[in-house]
Amino acid sequence: MDKFRMVFQFLQSNQESFMSGICGIMALASAQLYSAFDFNCPCLPRYNLAYGLGVLLVPPLILFLLGFVLNNNVSMLAEEWRRPQGQRQKDAAVLRYMFCSMVQRAMIAPAVWVSVTLLDGKCITCAFCTSLPVEALGNASHRGLPQGEVKRVLARIPCKEIYDGQELIANEVAVRYLRCISQALGWCFVLLMTTLAFLVRSLRPCFTQAVFLKSRYWSHYIDIERKLFDETCAEHAKSFAKVCIQQFFQGMSKDLTATHCHPPRKAPTDAGEASEKLLGITDWDTMNIALKSWHRCKPPLHLHPDAPHSSNGWPPAPRREAVVYYSGV
Amino acid sequence: MDRFRMIFQYFQSNSESVMNGICGLLALASVKIYTCLDFSCPCLPHYNMAYGLGIMFVPPIALFLCGLILNRQSLVMLEEWRRPQGHRRKDLAVIRYMCCSIMQRAMVAPAVWIVVTLLDGKCLICAFSGSVDPKKFVGFANATLAQAQEMLSRVPCKEDELMRNSTSRRAVSRYLRCWSQALGWSILLILIIAVFLARWLAPCFNQAALLQTRHWSNYIDIEQKIFEETCCEHSRLFAHQCILHFFESMRKEIRQHSFDLPREKEGEEDLLQGITDRDQVNKLLKMWYYEKPPLDVSQVTHRHPLGQERSPPPCAGSCGARSKFTQHTHM
Repeated sequence: MDKFRMVFQFLQSNQESFMSGICGIMALASAQLYSAFDFNCPCLPRYNLAYGLGVLLVPPLILFLLGFVLNNNVSMLAEEWRRPQGQRQKDAAVLRYMFCSMVQRAMIAPAVWVSVTLLDGKCITCAFCTSLPVEALGNASHRGLPQGEVKRVLARIPCKEIYDGQELIANEVAVRYLRCISQALGWCFVLLMTTLAFLVRSLRPCFTQAVFLKSRYWSHYIDIERKLFDETCAEHAKSFAKVCIQQFFQGMSKDLTATHCHPPRKAPTDAGEASEKLLGITDWDTMNIALKSWHRCKPPLHLHPDAPHSSNGWPPAPRREAVVYYSGV
Repeated sequence: MDRFRMIFQYFQSNSESVMNGICGLLALASVKIYTCLDFSCPCLPHYNMAYGLGIMFVPPIALFLCGLILNRQSLVMLEEWRRPQGHRRKDLAVIRYMCCSIMQRAMVAPAVWIVVTLLDGKCLICAFSGSVDPKKFVGFANATLAQAQEMLSRVPCKEDELMRNSTSRRAVSRYLRCWSQALGWSILLILIIAVFLARWLAPCFNQAALLQTRHWSNYIDIEQKIFEETCCEHSRLFAHQCILHFFESMRKEIRQHSFDLPREKEGEEDLLQGITDRDQVNKLLKMWYYEKPPLDVSQVTHRHPLGQERSPPPCAGSCGARSKFTQHTHM
């Protein structure tokens, strides 16, 4: 637990390492997901291709969309994109920057899944075993089998227990061949992805550094502004609720005194602060009435600026005003 | 646990240590990937060489590029290289120094991969089993060339039916592995000697210039980090001011439209900033969406500690639109 806390502290120490940390975690999660997945090739002629390519391509799509869903900044981008212009101009460069950084982050888990799948080899073996070049690797003319039958036999290559075409083409030879092709594709894919990432990262300072600094600052600003606004609203809501509830209890206490025609039992005078907090409600019945009233008839969302002695707070009675002038001299 | 923490703290202490840490992690990752990788030589005449050499050289290129990507200093160096000169001269020696240190760190993981591959031997056996002279080995000496080629290309596959119990296969395998390990150890020795000489002889050449370039490359790195932190801090303050200003302008607008004069109490109601009504809150939120305030906090109102507004103290001419007279109401 301590180790996790330290890792989190290190990752949060600055923006760059935080992002690298997130990327690393997603890559590891994707690799772990693949190893936990139980791959079962159907070993039937047309199903193999569908299953193999499905496992290769569908989870990356899901992971990509998940990368967008889990990213908090997606709603920020959408909001900034769709808001009316009002008094603040919209900057397309900032929107582009936000979108690009989100896409880059969302691409990591799918890329790792595809790489791990290809390097492992099971998917490609399953998907393309019926397309093996039998003439080159085995003896195609051995039994003079029709094309369909050959395909049916080849389709069972991934399932060693039921494979019956050993004279046609040895199982190990076929598996080795397909796995070699798969790993070659996998490493080429890895190389392509790292080259793209390298180019994207290194060409930017050469061409658009000033625009980049601007976009980064303002996208960070938008994020912080949104968070601060949410915090301010939350604090306001807390104060609002506090005053609203205080006024409810005060109103309740006054109503009861007015209608029940008996003075509330006074709390002992030496209780001090505690008795103030009781807000005039000091017995079982009164409390029950207060609770029932809270449920049946919640107070309006309108705080009246009351003086402590008025019976109802709205509209306020006209007040004496004193006006002070300040001289600017 | 303590040791772990000390190691972490050491690596975070300065940016060079962070880079060394990343370099070490990448080297460990390359060993781990190699051990996890399921090496399966195709054991077919032309494919062997392509596969073997591919596994030996393509991952190091990817690891080298990863080392460049993950190293923050490479971006700093590129920015320093491409920036317009402005008021600050560019020192090519500093850029060269940074480039060298980046390249050195990025080369560690690929070198580790190549050395581990050679010491393990499977790659070389796969790649060069077809190039061995069959006459040297008893089992292959009597076969025709084509057959010998076919059998030699199956040497890397221990489980192959034809070669399972062949002593010649084991002989070829041992021979190639011996070459592979010799090559691996030689490369390791050469690399270590090169590094040793570079570090040992460096002080003999121009130590003063080296100290200067190292200082200024550290400086550029730190300056950029501090600039980013300052921008973050500034945007936070800017946002804070902007939001306060927005609430203030909402409060003023509400006051103008409703003619009651709510008493300004201290405490909780001060925090409400004059917004005390469901409709007022809804209006505020709608304004926030439909008309975000302009990015201009130069007209910020000064607030008295008790929450009452006063005009800023008169200053000669620079207060702009502020009026010199103001009204206050008391209850």
